[in-house]
Amino acid sequence: MSNTTTALGVRRIGDAGLMDIRGDVTAQSEPALAEAFAEASSGGIRAVILNFSALDYMNSGGIGLLVTLLVRANRQKQRLCAYGLNEHYRQIFELTRLDEAIAIFDSEQAAVGAAR
Amino acid sequence: MTGRDEAYWAKPVRTLTVRTVPADAVNANVAGRRVAGAAQGFGQLWHKRFRVRLDGARVSPQEVIRVWKDRFGDFWPKGARVFLPAAGIAPGEIGLINAGVPGAPTFATGILVIYADDVSFSFISPEGHPFTGPITFSAFDDDGTTVVEVEEFTRASDPLWELLMILPFVGGKIQNAQWVGTLGNLAAHWGAAADVETRIVCLDRGRQWSQAKNVWHNAGIHSAIHAIGAPLRRVARRVD
Repeated sequence: MSNTTTALGVRRIGDAGLMDIRGDVTAQSEPALAEAFAEASSGGIRAVILNFSALDYMNSGGIGLLVTLLVRANRQKQRLCAYGLNEHYRQIFELTRLDEAIAIFDSEQAAVGAAR
Repeated sequence: MTGRDEAYWAKPVRTLTVRTVPADAVNANVAGRRVAGAAQGFGQLWHKRFRVRLDGARVSPQEVIRVWKDRFGDFWPKGARVFLPAAGIAPGEIGLINAGVPGAPTFATGILVIYADDVSFSFISPEGHPFTGPITFSAFDDDGTTVVEVEEFTRASDPLWELLMILPFVGGKIQNAQWVGTLGNLAAHWGAAADVETRIVCLDRGRQWSQAKNVWHNAGIHSAIHAIGAPLRRVARRVD
């Protein structure tokens, strides 16, 4: 297991809150992810979009965290979307069947468009 | 960009394939089934974390995980057996689980190893298993002491399992006792006190009624049917 280095940026485009995830997503990322999600999902937005373009490492603890984000989004009647997943991470979403609950898009434009 | 974790993850599979079955194992409710993640479950979503500190033990997290992978079933409390392939706990490998009490049909299910590195490994279960979602087994260093952990994000897979989970003394209690017992046995193996810390949080109190249909895959029901059909299968094998 690597030392966790998660960097998160939060943006807003239209009705969507975007979380730019850089580095690692592991169980140790929980406080940073929770804080960023709270910011990204505030202000009456319709969807939270996770940008995985700069994701470098994710273990199964990270998958657990994505499940918690999904629950929070559902509770707030918001959609949870993702883009920027390379083939490897798309396969992990498929393996864990997260792709059936988190909508995956090829680009930011497509994800933001779906949030309208 | 390729993730540093690529070698640690299993490849996705549409349905599970059991390649070898030990002679004394019941192989049911695994082959041909899909895996089920937390999003596919029915019941309340729980985040459970069980930890034990190996105080006084001079063992690294890597060594704990190496031994745990090699002898996973040995550390389970009595009453259930796990049959792992010769390759052991490695990404993509499938294990069979048999549990039960004397006189009752063997409850048969299994696991798929979805992730394994040198300090952790994770399982996900097939449809019909009592719960859906990932379970991660890990070890880490905390100020010179190795801490061993089991963490799960799970829901009961269908209404029947959910009913069992919320009944006193069964279901969730048995599941929790399984990991408390396992960590206790691990601690004892390295001469540490079996002082297991438990943290259980309900992340979602709602039930996913759209997943109530999962009951058709219920491994308890199918295990009973499998047991009833055993004499017929024996006769069929003799005829062949």
